Amino acid sequence: MADGTAILAEGLVKQFGRRSKGAVRALDGVSLRVAEGTILGLLGPNGAGKTTAVRILSTILAPDGGHASILGHDVVAEADVVRQLIGLAGQFATVDENLTGHENLRMVGRLSHLPASVARARADELLGQFGLADAAARPLKTYSGGMRRRLDVAAALVGRPPVLFLDEPTTGLDPQSRQDLWQVIETLVATGSTVLLTTQYLEEADRLADRVAVVDQGHVIAEGTPAELKAGLGRTVVEVTLPDAEAARRAAGVLGEAVGRTPVTDGAVVELTTEDGPRLGAEVLRALDHHQITVAGMALREPSLDDVFLSLTGHRTGADEAEPAP
Amino acid sequence: MTATASVLAPDRGGALRPRGSRVRWTFTDALTMTWRNLVGYTRVPEAIFFSSVQPIMFVLLFRYVFAGAIQVPGPGGYVDYMMPGIFVQTVAFGSVATAIGLSEDLQKGLIERFRALPMARSAVLAGRTTADLVRNVLVVCLMTGVGYLVGFRVTTDVFSFLAGALVLLLFGYALSWGFATIGLSAPTSETAQLMSFPLLFPLTFASSAFVPVASMPGWLQAFALHQPLSLAVNAARSLMVGGPYHNPGSVWQSVAWSVGIFAVLSPLAVWRYRRTA
Repeated sequence: MADGTAILAEGLVKQFGRRSKGAVRALDGVSLRVAEGTILGLLGPNGAGKTTAVRILSTILAPDGGHASILGHDVVAEADVVRQLIGLAGQFATVDENLTGHENLRMVGRLSHLPASVARARADELLGQFGLADAAARPLKTYSGGMRRRLDVAAALVGRPPVLFLDEPTTGLDPQSRQDLWQVIETLVATGSTVLLTTQYLEEADRLADRVAVVDQGHVIAEGTPAELKAGLGRTVVEVTLPDAEAARRAAGVLGEAVGRTPVTDGAVVELTTEDGPRLGAEVLRALDHHQITVAGMALREPSLDDVFLSLTGHRTGADEAEPAP
Repeated sequence: MTATASVLAPDRGGALRPRGSRVRWTFTDALTMTWRNLVGYTRVPEAIFFSSVQPIMFVLLFRYVFAGAIQVPGPGGYVDYMMPGIFVQTVAFGSVATAIGLSEDLQKGLIERFRALPMARSAVLAGRTTADLVRNVLVVCLMTGVGYLVGFRVTTDVFSFLAGALVLLLFGYALSWGFATIGLSAPTSETAQLMSFPLLFPLTFASSAFVPVASMPGWLQAFALHQPLSLAVNAARSLMVGGPYHNPGSVWQSVAWSVGIFAVLSPLAVWRYRRTA
């Protein structure tokens, strides 16, 4: 496409269930733009709407409002064209239990309308790429969860699609497999693919994504490069645990004045983010000691997705209702 | 593991983009899905074994338990009367497998993958029903063998017998499309199975499959005489056994019913598939 946009979503709305029975707005006006040859990380907790967005962009689900296009082709009106341009690796490893790894990839190849010989060769080289060559002739029943996950990603790549949707591809993978998959994703993009990656891990988005969109309760609440997002957050989180919530409130008031930052309070825990953790930690302890507030515990740590959320939304991840089952 | 660029590079120029007509892909996609389902069946031999045990039990049940109590007009006795009924019952019950198979594909998320592929929209359904047709062919062969062991004899000729088999397989195939809709609508495969039997039981037993319809109360006869499963049984009986059961009209009626069922229920199933997400 002329302007180099691979994935475009404008004001996507999706509602599940009937209005009268308390409908769930899974997406409430989501807009995204992913440039060709880049990775967008869609970051958010379970139930944020990530998977719903991916299902609409990959033509599985029709939106209730808004529109979306892949390389300029509308996902509803030109679904047939879009399906030739995309590869999808789902959150749940969607491969056929009864077939072998090789048969699964061949099936996807044939259904992507590759000639039989090409489908066979593609199956061979992808099984090799994903370290599954030894398991190629084994039925899926004998595969571990990580092996299925890898086969699922391989299946998305069979037709060499220029646009890929990877829905939490590393969830449940061991650290080595995760590293391997990260390398694969980097190579995909280096060779010109466009990737929309959903993840719950800030670390993953940080490592892979050119841009990150943070999704919460059907809205994009922040968008930018990983550096931009983290800049607003600080490098280190100082976490102080007080004996109870009342003490935490008092501590927050004290710290707000003493260190010149507004802390976030969550139950008996008070959190501050900073560029210089140890110095702020010392300041915090001095201020609390001065006001004779007893501290039950204190920790310095890297900011997590939870912290991004807490600072962006004022609530923690994980408290949302689960995404409706497919 | 190293990520190999040549394996992972996308096809940006569209060199791998499909060529060929839509009609051709509709056909080859259905064939691919049929292959996939048949391979799946061979990987679960236990399921094949136990799904053939049930019709064999029915043969033995009717041949040795009920036969003495049921009066039929034909010279070949009850075994010749019941076997066409057994064939039709077997293919009709077999269509539950269509519902269960589709329901499992849906539950496991496989349908999601298929929906994001550039394959024909009808292929998932056509592949499943065709695989179940192939399975029905094998089961009818097996039941013919079992029938011969318990005294069933074809008293027409081999071509009429094959024509009878075709008529009842066509009926089973049409019925599969109806049960496909149930499979796509049921929340679980167990539910799909439970939803199927209240439809199948009256069709199978309030019919001419196992007892002469004349022995039923009048109000039930009205249904049993005209419902499609009875007509399939009458057609099969006419072609396979003949004699007092000779009834060429039922053959055309049965074929018409099957074509009609297919014409109405297959678009319904495809519509349901499109709406499934």
